Amino acid sequence: MKKVIVPIGPYHSLFEEPEYFALYCDGERVVDIEWMAGYNHRGIEKLSESKHWDQVTFLIERICGICSTSHPIAYCNAVEDLAKIEIPERAKYIRSIVGELERLHSHLLWVGLAGHFLGYNTVFMWAWKYREPILDIMEMVTGNRNHYAMMKIGGVRRDIENEDIDIIKKILDELKGKLEMLTGAVLDDPVLAARLKGVGVLTKQDIKDYGAVGPVARASGVDIDVRRDNPHAAYNLVEWKVITCQDGDVFSKAVVRLLECFESIKIIEQSLVRLKKIKGDIAIEVRYIPSGEGIGRYEAPRGECYHYVRSDGTSRPVRHKIRAPSYVNIPTFKASCIGETIADVTIILAGIDPCYCCTERAITVYDADTRKKLFDGKDLMKLSQEKTRKIKKQLGFKEK
Amino acid sequence: MEIIEQVKEKFKSKIKSVFFHNEKRVYLEIDKEDLIDVVKFIFHDLDARFITASGIDNLKDMEILYHFSLDSDGIVISLRVFIDRDNPCIESITSIVKGALNIEREMYELLGIKFLNHPGLKRFLTDEFPEGFYPLRKDSPGRAEQ
Amino acid sequence: MAIDLKTKALKKSLFVFHLSTGSCNNCDIEILDCLTPRFDIERFGMVLVGSVKHADVLLVTGIGTIKNAERIKKLYEQMPKPGFVVAIGACACTGGIFKEGYQMAGPIDKIIPVDVYIPGCPPKPEAMIAGIVKLLEKIK
Ligand code: SF4
Repeated sequence: MKKVIVPIGPYHSLFEEPEYFALYCDGERVVDIEWMAGYNHRGIEKLSESKHWDQVTFLIERICGICSTSHPIAYCNAVEDLAKIEIPERAKYIRSIVGELERLHSHLLWVGLAGHFLGYNTVFMWAWKYREPILDIMEMVTGNRNHYAMMKIGGVRRDIENEDIDIIKKILDELKGKLEMLTGAVLDDPVLAARLKGVGVLTKQDIKDYGAVGPVARASGVDIDVRRDNPHAAYNLVEWKVITCQDGDVFSKAVVRLLECFESIKIIEQSLVRLKKIKGDIAIEVRYIPSGEGIGRYEAPRGECYHYVRSDGTSRPVRHKIRAPSYVNIPTFKASCIGETIADVTIILAGIDPCYCCTERAITVYDADTRKKLFDGKDLMKLSQEKTRKIKKQLGFKEK
Repeated sequence: MEIIEQVKEKFKSKIKSVFFHNEKRVYLEIDKEDLIDVVKFIFHDLDARFITASGIDNLKDMEILYHFSLDSDGIVISLRVFIDRDNPCIESITSIVKGALNIEREMYELLGIKFLNHPGLKRFLTDEFPEGFYPLRKDSPGRAEQ
Repeated sequence: MAIDLKTKALKKSLFVFHLSTGSCNNCDIEILDCLTPRFDIERFGMVLVGSVKHADVLLVTGIGTIKNAERIKKLYEQMPKPGFVVAIGACACTGGIFKEGYQMAGPIDKIIPVDVYIPGCPPKPEAMIAGIVKLLEKIK
């Protein structure tokens, strides 16, 4: 069998990590994988050095559209760590609420896209439909569907009014029922189980080697969560638990994400109740950032966001290092994809949730010797969807 | 902070300075020759998770910080290494930590730091930069001349 | 713009291809959002296609990084003509917050000709639909 290189990409978007993967295949099996990045590299770390401390929050919000509040929280944590600032209690709860709402919409987005990759467009449409009410809450509370501009050094920019709290509660109650339905439908589905169980397994050792974080690590039984390990915002003031699974396959990742949604709702509900009682400021005034260095972490939907800032006492950061969670999660493909079939690679790649927005990427398959085109993006997707259909048939489902 | 005591105990004078920013954030300064030993100890024996590394150009020298997280205690240990700016090179830690592969390539590209014994130290983000243009160096202009 | 048979036929059902060139992901998600039940652009006969060779309209988001510039041009060449380009988001229209970055080759209209600009960061799905309707009017 000739070795074939299957390039996937390059169109994909996230901060430094748009992806271009070259899969080296022997027949159907993937034998090696290579990653190239930089198509979306926008030089944010350098840009950040030319902006005022306060302006940076707006810049880093635009690192990634899905985690558009995780990076600002991590950055604010870093600056507050540097300047030893304690934020008011009300701000803490608001931070948690916005952060968890974002986690909800991000996880739903992932479930939808994963469904799409498997040829289950019903799941795609459902999940995205249920995601809309969350964006409505966001629009009501922050003024924008995405890019909320809520975080600020020393607190938050906008308050959540008492009248809004009741509306949010109502929307969340409705959402909970729908989420339960969706979770049941996804986790009990025999086809999805056949397609996802035992696929793309990551062991604990892999997680340690690559330093993977977030749901990817938790699905492999590594019990880490920055919200608990390094408490900030209101995460140590409310009741919730960290979800872990032991198997490390794509199915466990789906389980972890879906169950985390319920934990998020729990956190939001408790925070909303407290928020009604707590009076006071939502931010303290920060006039001056002393020189020094600070580290801030936040558990984004995809894992730990890590920000390192250094100040020399002027109005701008001297260095701002940003490590997004996908940066360490993506290289785990090297461990999880090798030995799998091409049809499964799509879902393994999606399983890590590398800020997947480009469902239609420019994918082309070349024969390594002749550089002749074999498949393109559509065919790869078809391959994946056909496999689902085959399994459906084996399980005795009728084709519609 | 028993853990830091452990590190100090093991390496003694090799740890040039310890700085506690607060009880969860510790900065240790070491020599670049001792890097591999210390990383090995922190990564394997203390079972820390490698977060990332960040290079900084101080104009008079270069500085690399290796960030490790001890998840069960919520502590972040940052190893600080200074290297020469005119000939920036340091031993790669990829033989110990696989996850450092890409970040080292990135630092090589954006700051021009050479990592010795790195498997496949080639450009990672951009291939269109002119030779010798390192955007994250402090004296570099914001943009490459085209 | 001359009205020939091809353009007229194209107007009935636009096939759009989505091209992200160094964006923050958000514009891209909002484009996908247009497909889902709440907004559902398919009722206007618009379909998101997987290959640029089937597309009538290129939806471009992002600043156009140096590494991408060549590829954007290539994709534009591959698009069957007559075809239109829509720049979505502040990034694609002007460069937005990333304008001073060292990786910036755009904005998009420096790389390929753009027919319609939809500003906003990100533009709401309603704004995108309105933009496409404007494009349809322009074709007329
Ligand atoms: S315009 Fe705004 S939302 Fe759109 S890609 Fe640019 S930064 Fe992101």
